[in-house]
Amino acid sequence: MRKNAIVILGCVELMLNSVNLLLAAFSAYKGDGHGQLLVFFIMVVAAAEVAVGLAIIAMMYRNTRSVDVSIFNKLRG
Amino acid sequence: MDQILFFFVAFLAIASAVYFVFAKNPLYAILSLIVTMFSIAGMYILLNAQFLGIVQIIVYAGAIMVLFLYILMMLNLNKEDESKKASLPKFIGVFSASILFIGMLGAYKGLTGNTTVANNIDQSVGLTKNLGRLLFNEYVLPFELASVLILAGIVGAVLIGKKDL
Repeated sequence: MRKNAIVILGCVELMLNSVNLLLAAFSAYKGDGHGQLLVFFIMVVAAAEVAVGLAIIAMMYRNTRSVDVSIFNKLRG
Repeated sequence: MDQILFFFVAFLAIASAVYFVFAKNPLYAILSLIVTMFSIAGMYILLNAQFLGIVQIIVYAGAIMVLFLYILMMLNLNKEDESKKASLPKFIGVFSASILFIGMLGAYKGLTGNTTVANNIDQSVGLTKNLGRLLFNEYVLPFELASVLILAGIVGAVLIGKKDL
């Protein structure tokens, strides 16, 4: 269980890449171009999400000098 | 020759991804994630998805990973110490992942033997010209909306990252 917020965001990117690879492989198997276009749009969304996510992490660090996710539990009941 | 190349790229992708998940030093983890991105781009090239391979290198390995490294270098991180979490979530995670793995193994063994490689598949699907033709004829609305999304992402990231609002 990773505690570093940056590595957790990198794990999300890894999962998105796995979906991309699957879509591209099936699109090449079927000879259809729509799967690869969906991969392109997924990459666009992933890029925007990483930008905003890293800005949030930078704000986290600026306020608490740490990126440990286990200390950000104020919303937990 | 094709098979040797595929196995080399696939092994490199899996090994670097596993090292990324288990590395203690976050800098080594991000560097191995860069190797993973490059090897996935190699797999796209092997599938003759040339546009996707180049976009993967430019966007993922060239922009997103560099952004990760910027933020990582800005923070003054030491090595991660041992996680003190309870072992019950870890055990549940391992159990559910092994069930998923067994399910995928069962699905793979259930494939019948007469799935031949498709003969008359159009191999020029991944070329930039054909993908561009599809993108600008059928998907022109998602394309424009993606540009609006990127604009929103830029504005949001700058607004969140400002020191004084």
